[in-house]
Amino acid sequence: MARRRSFLLGVTALCVAALLPQRTAAQASVQILNVSYDPTRELYRDVNQRFAQRWRAASKQQVAIRMSHGGSGKQARAVIDGLPADVVTLALAYDIDEIASRAKLLPANWQTRLPNNSAPYYSTIVLLVRKGNPKNIRDWNDLIRPDVKVITPNPKTSGGARWNYLAAWGYAQRKYGSPAKAREFMTRLFRNVPVLDSGARGATTTFAQRGQGDVLIAWENEAFLATNELGRGKFEIVAPSISILAEPPVAVVDRVVDRRGTRQVAEAYLKYLYTGEAQDIIARHYYRPRNPQVAARYAARFPRMQLLSIDRHFGGWGRAQAMHFNDGGLFDQIFEAAKR
Amino acid sequence: MLKVRSSRPVLPGFRLSLGITLFWLSVIVLVPLSAVFAKSATGGWDGFVAAALSERALASYRLTFGAALLGAAINCVFGLIVAWVLVRYDFPGKRALGAAVDLPFALPTAVAGIALTTLYADTGLLGRPLAALGLPVAYQPAGVVLALTFIGLPFVVRTVEPVLAEVAHETEEAATTLGATRLQTMARVIFPTLLPALATGFALAFARGAGEYGSVIFIAGNMPFRSEIAPLLIVTQLEEYDFAGAASIAVVMLLVSVAMLLVLNMLQHWQRRKG
Repeated sequence: MARRRSFLLGVTALCVAALLPQRTAAQASVQILNVSYDPTRELYRDVNQRFAQRWRAASKQQVAIRMSHGGSGKQARAVIDGLPADVVTLALAYDIDEIASRAKLLPANWQTRLPNNSAPYYSTIVLLVRKGNPKNIRDWNDLIRPDVKVITPNPKTSGGARWNYLAAWGYAQRKYGSPAKAREFMTRLFRNVPVLDSGARGATTTFAQRGQGDVLIAWENEAFLATNELGRGKFEIVAPSISILAEPPVAVVDRVVDRRGTRQVAEAYLKYLYTGEAQDIIARHYYRPRNPQVAARYAARFPRMQLLSIDRHFGGWGRAQAMHFNDGGLFDQIFEAAKR
Repeated sequence: MLKVRSSRPVLPGFRLSLGITLFWLSVIVLVPLSAVFAKSATGGWDGFVAAALSERALASYRLTFGAALLGAAINCVFGLIVAWVLVRYDFPGKRALGAAVDLPFALPTAVAGIALTTLYADTGLLGRPLAALGLPVAYQPAGVVLALTFIGLPFVVRTVEPVLAEVAHETEEAATTLGATRLQTMARVIFPTLLPALATGFALAFARGAGEYGSVIFIAGNMPFRSEIAPLLIVTQLEEYDFAGAASIAVVMLLVSVAMLLVLNMLQHWQRRKG
């Protein structure tokens, strides 16, 4: 009995010790949490490793960067609900806007605090087809042919899918000239969608692993990942004539870093993303770098396309969200029409 | 020694245990559920109707509850057979088979969903011949029924099994000696004894299926109006920060489930009184 009691005491003491903040080590080491979106796992694994080395050399402090990945909207909601993110690196500005407006964790003008709209890299949306392009898909208008099946995730749940949708919409509006025609185009496109996954990774799996559909609308980096790693020589990337300038932004979450005393390292971490070294890592992971020298070095890798901007062509995320993706918005109407 | 022990109450006092029960149920069940109701009210009556009774939501209820009912019904038939075999016969590998029945309990539902999708997609081992016959399963409403049948199986087997084991051989023998045919013994003696357990298993499998999310989203296709389940619609509303809308759909699901369980309980009660 006594032995058992002392054992229990020991376990309790261990638990308490584990929960207590380690004050003695606080100066020598620091931990921050980066809450990110789905496909950046591989990117930040490399970035974090290099940044930790640089930070240790510069400040004699160990930094451990913990990661959390998931659908961009879901991640934003977790931060709003209290997940203590020191930095957020999400798929679209709208999700960080929501954190700013709903939970007031950072100022509304957060996007002006870092260069390039706080997006250290950009990307775009491309079409991924099966080897040899058997359905001869060259551009967006091939996606509405009745013999083509299109895989894209649900824009209501996936940040990447919102970019997909807006890229197709932007193409249709330019090509056919009116919003009514664009809407008809989108209705026909979604009539060709047999499966609606909730996230970008899920859609990639449905297309690549389950063999569903003839074309996957995807992040450029996901498409590269699929062609180079999921199935070498099984897929081809088709660059459409028009696509969208996707700027996944990053931000320090002020209220969290001030509470935890991590502002210095968190700000350094995001600034590091703009350095030549980080830009090179970014380009190696198939995201388009901002740094001109790095961009020139990797120019051959990324096809040239006309890229529409969310701010200039869609009136910013607030408007695009309200018009297309909110309840009863154009996406819902398109689905109402597509089902008939 | 023995006497002293048996005079001590085995369980702690009634008041203490009732207190713990009420506290525990409140913290774990009642408070979260009332929060759901409170949240659904924040959108007002119009907001509630718009979110919970939209055409799309209605389609998702039809699929969710229809598939859960169908899955539970299928499980009643095959679960009964499985339970029968496990109780009444001895054969090599019986223990392994018994353990396999519990797998849907233990397996993370996402794993089940991915495995079923891989098998039943039109490129999969079982999906290919089925699709060739014009019966696609994955990414169709049929896929939802399949997933719910999978996760509901142990509920039926494990509730029917002990009751079936209890049915005394003597009762059957008595029926036989009184001149009942084997079919009559089945239908008039064994089946009525099993019915309450079967109904409980059905109710459990149904309730579990109606709330299932993890395995279904992989195989359903998730197309609005066609293969979108109500729990997915709730998650979608949450992604849009429409907490009131999500809670409204949750309330409807809750009410339907409670109503279904109530009806089943009443049926059982009625059955017992008749018996």
